[in-house]
Amino acid sequence: MGAGHAHRLHRPGNSSVHTLPPHCKLAAVLCFVVVVVSTPRTAVWAFALYAALLAGVAAVARTPFSFLLRRMLIEVPFVAFAFLMPFVVPGPEVRFLGVPLSVPGLWDAWNVLAKGSLGVAASVLLAATTELRSLLLGLQRLRLPPLLVQIASFMIRYGDVITDEMRRMSVARRSRGFEARGVRHWGVLAKTAGALFIRSYERGERVHLAMVSRGYVGAMPVIEEATASRAQWAYAGALPLTALAVCLLGWLL
Amino acid sequence: MTAATAARSSAEPPPPPASLEVSGLAYAYPDGHQALYGVDLTVERGERVALLGPNGAGKTTLVLHLNGILEPGAGSVAIAGLPVAKRHLAEIRRRVGIVFQDPDDQLFMPTVREDVAFGPAAAGIRGPELAARVGAALDQVGMAEYADRPPHHLSFGQRRRVAVATVLVMEPEILVLDEPSSNLDPASRRELADLLLSLDVTVLMVTHDLPYALELCPRAVVLSEGVIAADGPTPELLSDGELMAAHRLELPFGFDPRSVSPRRTAP
Repeated sequence: MGAGHAHRLHRPGNSSVHTLPPHCKLAAVLCFVVVVVSTPRTAVWAFALYAALLAGVAAVARTPFSFLLRRMLIEVPFVAFAFLMPFVVPGPEVRFLGVPLSVPGLWDAWNVLAKGSLGVAASVLLAATTELRSLLLGLQRLRLPPLLVQIASFMIRYGDVITDEMRRMSVARRSRGFEARGVRHWGVLAKTAGALFIRSYERGERVHLAMVSRGYVGAMPVIEEATASRAQWAYAGALPLTALAVCLLGWLL
Repeated sequence: MTAATAARSSAEPPPPPASLEVSGLAYAYPDGHQALYGVDLTVERGERVALLGPNGAGKTTLVLHLNGILEPGAGSVAIAGLPVAKRHLAEIRRRVGIVFQDPDDQLFMPTVREDVAFGPAAAGIRGPELAARVGAALDQVGMAEYADRPPHHLSFGQRRRVAVATVLVMEPEILVLDEPSSNLDPASRRELADLLLSLDVTVLMVTHDLPYALELCPRAVVLSEGVIAADGPTPELLSDGELMAAHRLELPFGFDPRSVSPRRTAP
């Protein structure tokens, strides 16, 4: 029942980015993304500066660019949509290699692509330098509703357990000669999904029982207090504040 | 306290109250299925008792009464003299440490350390005292070096031992184990036995594993059809073929309880 390392996003290290308290980093990334999104799309140079800022953070965190780029592939399915825009958005057209492209569509595509990629890059950096566990602590510290943090924490804890169960069910199916090969077999897969849901639900009940037996009364005790000094906040703030300056320039120029 | 007992306590300390006192416990599930029909069971402090019985005998139902998860339809349960009732639930759940059958249900926190810390932290213990207690409990089960691992990266036997630590850290009055030997390979099974024998705590062990019961528990009780059908020294019960057959209890092939003696008696 081996469980693989589910946290492939994280690259352990001890750079000054790694050691920042998680809630500082979370807040910094969130503010950075908000700033990026509110930048006018015509200020192309501003996005180049944002990218340079992130590259700077990556350099400080000693995260290789190849790693970042590989992890950023996750956004491909989402931005694929952006590539359709030049063809479908109405407006004045330009011809590129004989293909008519809509100018507002091109701007829309650029907008989605640039802001999306910057957001994903920032998140990948956050995930690469912060353990999943401390991210949860950070969220707790930022006063996210405790219920949401608990749900996320159980998701992390039981993700592997449920994947394992799914794998065992699949092995059991195949051992009895079943291979899903098309629509005709969807019924069986749906029933498996239903069974998996019921098993997970029952596990949920048992886990709750175990929690209540150990004194759970609705709130998770905060075991590790993460605290951040003023200097750490200032250090984490460097990224969004610089970005904010760029953004303001983008609106003014 | 009456004058008589006060006088006696000045002469010699009164015996500690029984760790577990169940009297006349009856329970029916909301769907009408009656699981327990008047169970009487007393477990003295420091005893190790095996609770045996066929599937569906009401063993799990009984266990869930011990820490107030289920409320008795009739009768009462007391832990070290404290009745199991709504107003004492927090203290009762500290005193009764239940180790459930599947450690994946029991270990729900992201790391071993946090899991062991869950109980005492829920009771309001923080800082160095919390760390010290967590460290001591993990040492007791020999899992200290795994403190920062996520539970699902441990072997099954290791998870079971961590599960024991999660209740030991509460310094329970009584340790209740539900099928402690299930799914363990022989080495893990022996390691768990060594661990349980090293603990100075009252143990109630629910099990189908009769050799394990014989090895660890000098006394056994048989729960059958919602009542205690037999109560006595484990070797005697297991040697009583008629009693065993009447309650669907079977020893593994070739196992003769008279040929082995319990490893140690209760402290």
